[in-house]
Amino acid sequence: MAISLTENAAKHVQNFLAKRGKGVGLRLGVRTSGCSGMAYKLEFADAVDSEDLKFVSNGVTVLVDQHSLPYIDGMELDYTREGLNEGFKFNNPNVKDACGCGESFKV
Amino acid sequence: MALLQIAEPGLSAAPHEHRLAVGIDLGTTNSLVATVRNGISTVLNDIEGCALLPSVVRYAPDGSVQVGYAAQAVQSDDPQNTIVSVKRFMGRSLKDVGEVGNLPYRFVDAPSTGSGQAPGMLQLRTVAGAKSPVEVSAEILKVLRERAELSLGGELVGAVITVPAYFDDAQRQATKDAARLAGLNVLRLLNEPTAAAIAYGLDNAAEGVYAVFDLGGGTFDISILRLSKGVFEVLATNGDSALGGDDFDRRIYCWILENGGVSALSAHDTRLLLTNARSAKEQLTEYPQTQITAVLGGGDLVDMTLKREVFYEMTQNLVARTLQATRRALRDAKLKVEDIKGVVMVGGSTRMPQVQHAVGEFFGQAPLNNLDPDKVVALGAAIQANVLAGNRTADDWLLLDVIPLSLGIETMGGLVEKIIPRNSTIPSARAQEFTTYKDGQTAMSIHVVQGERELVSDCRSLAKFELRGIPAMVAGSARIRVTFQVDADGLLSVSAREMASGTEASIVVKPSYGLSDEEITRMLQDSARHARDDMVARALRELQTEAAQLLDAVENALQEDGDALLDEIAQARIRGSMDALRAVLQEEDQQAIKRAVEALNSASTEFAQLRMDKSVKHALAGHKLSELED
Repeated sequence: MAISLTENAAKHVQNFLAKRGKGVGLRLGVRTSGCSGMAYKLEFADAVDSEDLKFVSNGVTVLVDQHSLPYIDGMELDYTREGLNEGFKFNNPNVKDACGCGESFKV
Repeated sequence: MALLQIAEPGLSAAPHEHRLAVGIDLGTTNSLVATVRNGISTVLNDIEGCALLPSVVRYAPDGSVQVGYAAQAVQSDDPQNTIVSVKRFMGRSLKDVGEVGNLPYRFVDAPSTGSGQAPGMLQLRTVAGAKSPVEVSAEILKVLRERAELSLGGELVGAVITVPAYFDDAQRQATKDAARLAGLNVLRLLNEPTAAAIAYGLDNAAEGVYAVFDLGGGTFDISILRLSKGVFEVLATNGDSALGGDDFDRRIYCWILENGGVSALSAHDTRLLLTNARSAKEQLTEYPQTQITAVLGGGDLVDMTLKREVFYEMTQNLVARTLQATRRALRDAKLKVEDIKGVVMVGGSTRMPQVQHAVGEFFGQAPLNNLDPDKVVALGAAIQANVLAGNRTADDWLLLDVIPLSLGIETMGGLVEKIIPRNSTIPSARAQEFTTYKDGQTAMSIHVVQGERELVSDCRSLAKFELRGIPAMVAGSARIRVTFQVDADGLLSVSAREMASGTEASIVVKPSYGLSDEEITRMLQDSARHARDDMVARALRELQTEAAQLLDAVENALQEDGDALLDEIAQARIRGSMDALRAVLQEEDQQAIKRAVEALNSASTEFAQLRMDKSVKHALAGHKLSELED
């Protein structure tokens, strides 16, 4: 299994990284918090840690720590627009139950 | 699900606690709102894709308020109720404004705040009553806040609003008041030229003196800034409050009248030709010549060709006036042209090639112009807002001042919930939501504490206040938003707001007051030494709080339905478990409390089931139940 980005998401990430001027890729992960158990972490990555797993999708390097992977394995990251708002959407096959807004979830 | 943005390493926000912050350029002619998204400062457009919001507010006879293009469109039909360029009146009395004869408004001098005091801010009489410039500006800010909240999908934690460098205290205070009225939390007011310099990243550039050349729609400002240790200091400002792009339009308009043989125009024709003049001006930025075509009301046709050179010539003295003001500003700052390290161009009118050229020649260097000059101030304000909201690590930014110890509030069980962590740069603002603990709770005591420990008793108490008037609700369903804000002077203000009713209470404290460096060091060392104890203590207190809540709930249930649903033996069994839990509640033995909680839970399961059945029955056949009870 792996983590992947849609072409559109990859295009945006590459653009953001280029404008930011530094960074090796994206860091995805989960942490415990929020109203429904787990919450996503989505950050720029400036360095690769020793326990990181590395995926490359549509030209973007995605780093995931080993503890997070089981919760998000097989996930596809998309970039969409909803009305005036736009941003990244997590299509995570592991989610069994999420809070109303989907910002936190249970597996 | 919610749409997420990429955060800086280690700064992902907790769910529902995104630190959304915006920068607002509240301009004389146009206003904009911008934010930092995925690490990039971007201007937020409205639903039609427009970035600019004309700073025009109209109070319509039906009581509605129009802002922006809608208000601008009816400006000449309803001039008395359509307020343009309200920024010129911010914080001003009628005396300050001077010549008001040629303005279409009905001014009212506000009552003085007291005998012998300076006159208050002027007001404008509209169909909706007398309006102060603060209220009019608040309407503009409200539209921008709504746009930002729709675009970012959440409530804003705060905003940085830009003001001209020459604004005095009264004008700055009026701007802050307008923001508060619009429901915005002002993180900081930022000087417009400083915002433009930040947008160009000059705050990370070499120290030195920079010039910001701002030619807008109706105003011209030149500012000389000195950057030292990451802080911009305004050395001098100059300008002309009646010189801008509109004057360039008017020159073309006069040229059309002179050379096209048109005269005695109706108001409609004047507007039409001014619009044509404006688009001709914009065309000439790209092309060496442009065609001006218009059919006037009387059937006359205007069809003329305007060459760039002709346009340059007729506007030469306008450009010269900007350079005169620039010279004066340099003289005031006691600097020479050679001392200027860089020049930033701001305002849509700086797009005109003759302006670019004249400024370049004057300073002997090419000005910075690769950012959109209409947006550069808002973009810089957004970058500042992003930092103040805590979305960037401190090492990215020059550390001006930090909060020495975390600030937080007391929650149930005597635990501390930290709201602003230590080492946050000031000014800083954070908000968090809390809820009620008991059914029907209508007041909440907010205890503000400072320190790194988990228990209130180990921290320093700063202040206490109460939020009253919370509507009675089931425990846990009220939403109380507590906002902590530390301003540039280190002043902490804490406010609590019940989200459904809007009830609010607040307090101001000076957190560093009376704490010596030694005391701060001791408090920090204690927190490191007691980290493990604190963790255990927190777990115990949380368990005790949970148990107390359970006891409360069962007690209430017994009082309500105990006799109706349970026989004496069953009631006694539950009471027994409750007594057992009460007996161990204050002990330090976590396991014992846990076991007692479980015992009470299982003893009351059947009772809970019966209550559930009862309420279902009640809902399905209320009448029958009441007859039975009779």
